[in-house]
Amino acid sequence: MSTDNGERQPILSVRGLKMHFKIKDEKGWPWTPTRSLKAVDGISFDLYAGETLGVVGESGCGKSTLARAILNLHPATAGRIVWMGKEMSGASAGAWLDVRKDVQMIFQDPLASLNPRMTVAQIIGEPLRTHHPELTPETVMDKVRTIMQRVGLTEQQINRYPHEFSGGQCQRIGIARALIMQPKLIVCDEPVSALDVSIQAQIINLLKELQQEFGLALIFIAHDLAVVRHISHRIMVMYLGHAMELAQKTALYTDPRHPYTQALLSAIPIPDPEQERNKVVQLLHGDLPSPMNPPTGCVFRTRCPVATARCAQELPELRELTAQTQAACLLA
Amino acid sequence: MSILEVTNLGVQFSTHDGAVYAVNGLSFALDKGQTLGIVGESGSGKSQSVLAMMGLLARNGKASGQALYKGSNLLDMPADALNKIRGNRMAMIFQDPMTSLNPYLTVERQMTEVLQFHKGMDRAGARAVSVRMLDAVKIPEAARRVAMYPHEFSGGMRQRVMIAMALLCEPEVLIADEPTTALDVTVQAQILTLLRELQRDFGTAIVLITHDLGVVAGLCDQVMVLYGGRVMEQGDAQHIFHHASHPYTLGLLRAIPRMDRDAESLLAIPGAPPNMARLPKGCPFSERCSIVNNQCREVMPALQPVTDGSATQRACHKSVNAVRGMHAEGAAA
Repeated sequence: MSTDNGERQPILSVRGLKMHFKIKDEKGWPWTPTRSLKAVDGISFDLYAGETLGVVGESGCGKSTLARAILNLHPATAGRIVWMGKEMSGASAGAWLDVRKDVQMIFQDPLASLNPRMTVAQIIGEPLRTHHPELTPETVMDKVRTIMQRVGLTEQQINRYPHEFSGGQCQRIGIARALIMQPKLIVCDEPVSALDVSIQAQIINLLKELQQEFGLALIFIAHDLAVVRHISHRIMVMYLGHAMELAQKTALYTDPRHPYTQALLSAIPIPDPEQERNKVVQLLHGDLPSPMNPPTGCVFRTRCPVATARCAQELPELRELTAQTQAACLLA
Repeated sequence: MSILEVTNLGVQFSTHDGAVYAVNGLSFALDKGQTLGIVGESGSGKSQSVLAMMGLLARNGKASGQALYKGSNLLDMPADALNKIRGNRMAMIFQDPMTSLNPYLTVERQMTEVLQFHKGMDRAGARAVSVRMLDAVKIPEAARRVAMYPHEFSGGMRQRVMIAMALLCEPEVLIADEPTTALDVTVQAQILTLLRELQRDFGTAIVLITHDLGVVAGLCDQVMVLYGGRVMEQGDAQHIFHHASHPYTLGLLRAIPRMDRDAESLLAIPGAPPNMARLPKGCPFSERCSIVNNQCREVMPALQPVTDGSATQRACHKSVNAVRGMHAEGAAA
C-alpha cells in the first residue's frame, strides 16, 4: 500500500475488515428481522515493524471496535487479518492466543482496566504466567521489577493495589503489563485521554522512548489530533466505520485532502490567541448519522460542504492521490 | 463597576482527615461582555470556586471571602435572595449534559420551569420563549424537539439545550464549567462559535472553566491559572500566552501537543498533581518545579504584579528572568 516502504514486509495486514453488530428492534415482533449496526465497514491497512499508525475519529466512528477486531476480541464479520504473514481469518482460539504473545493492548480508562483485587506484581506478571507457565515465580518477579523500573514505577510499589495509584501511574502499570511480553505490536486505545495534560505528556514521551528502545509497532487510537501528530508516522482518519484518509503524518497536517479531515483539523483549538481568533473554522452542520442507517454512497456526504449528486451514488474507496496520501473522496 | 467582583475567595471542606482547603485567595473582577478563563488540572479547585459563587457547594464545604454581584455578596446571601439571582441573572452550564438534565422531564418542562419561576410567565408564553431560545442555539425543528426527553438528543444537542436553558433569562453572567470537554472536536467548534455569538449579541460576561488552553486562547480576555487551589498566574490572555512568567504556566504551555507544529518530544512536567489533603507548606507547585529552592518549599509566595508594565500577576519567588531562563535551558537540553 504505502509505496515508500518498498520491499519491507508488513507485520500486520488488514483487508476489508468489517464488524457488524446485530441489533434487535425493541418494538419489533420476535420474527422481525434483526438490523445490523455497521461499526467498522471495510477497513484496509498495512502496519510495518517499528511504525506508529494513528487512528483518529470522533466518538462512534468505530476506532475502538477496529482495535478489538484486530485482536479478535470480537470476531470480525468479514475481511482478512494477516499477522506476520500468517492468515488469521477463521483461525482457532489457540492460534490467536499465540498471536497475543506478540500483540498487546493498552486501554483508555487506566483504573478500570486493572483488577482492583490484584497487586501490581500480579497484574504485570499475569501475561507471563498465562503465556509462559514454565517460568518460575522468581523469574517472573525479576522481570516484573525490571519492567516496572523501565516505565517509571518504583520497586517499593510492587505490592500495592491499583487504587493506591494516580491515573498516570495506573497507565504506567497498564503499559508495563503490555510490555512484559516483549510484544511486536501494542494497540493503544485512547491511552492518554483520561489524563491531565502534564501527565499526558509524560505518557506520550514514555511510549515514544519504548518504541525506539524495543522497535515496537503501535496502533495509537485517539480523538485528539494534536496528540496523534506527536506520536504517529502515518494516520488514518475514520468516519462512521470507513477510512476517509490514510496519509503520512506531515502530509495529513499540512495538506489534508479529504473534506472531513479538513473540517476536523480546522476545529481543533490552537493554544495561541492570535492564531486561534483569526483562523477560519470550517463548521460541520448537523449530527453524525446513525450507523444503523448510514447514508448511501459516501458516508460523509450528508455533512460534506462540497458533496455532489454523484456522492450519493458511489461509495468512494481509498485511492492514492500522492505518494504520501490516500483519500476516499470522489472529488479530492 | 464590574458585574462580578470576587475578593479573596476561599473554599474549605471539613473531612474525616481534617480541613481541606480546595481554593485559597482567589480574586478577580469581570465586566460586561468579558470572558475570564480559569485553567487548571483536575483537583486544582477550578470547579469548586464557581460552585461556591453559585451557592452549590457540598454540605461539608464552606466558602469565605467575598463574591460581589452588583455590590451584593453572594456568599452570605440567604437562599431566597440567591434563588432570585442564580438561574436568572447568573446562570451555569455544567460539564456533563446527560447528568445535569432531568431524565424524567421533557426539555419543555425543564425550560418553562425556569421562566415561570423567575419571570412569572404562563406556560404557553414560557413555551414560546423556550422554542425561540432553542432556535437561537441552532437546534433544528425546535418546536417539535422541545417536547422530547433529554435521552432523545445527541451529546452536542444536549449541551445546546443546556446552554439554551442557561440563557433563557438573558443572564448577565454565564458560568461554563468545561462546557465542551465531553464533546467531539467538531461539535466543540460549533458550541464555541455559539458562545462567541451569544456573547456578542447579549453582552454576557462569561467565566469559562477548562483544562484546554486552546479553548482559552480562542475565547478568553483574561486568564487565571490555578494549581493546588491557589492562583499561580493571572492576567491578560494575550500576555500570558506569549510572556508567561510562572514555571507552572510555562510547563503547561510546553506540555500540550500542538497541532500546528512538530516537536520531537513534549516537555512533560514531572510528578503528579498534589494531594489536596497534604499540600506542601510553601508553594503547591514546589514538588514539581525544576527551579525550586528552600524558600519555595517553606513559604507560599504572594500573588504580585509582574514588573513589566502589564497587568499580569504571579505567585513565584523566582524572578521572571530566572523562570524564562530555566525554560530556555530546558528547550536547549
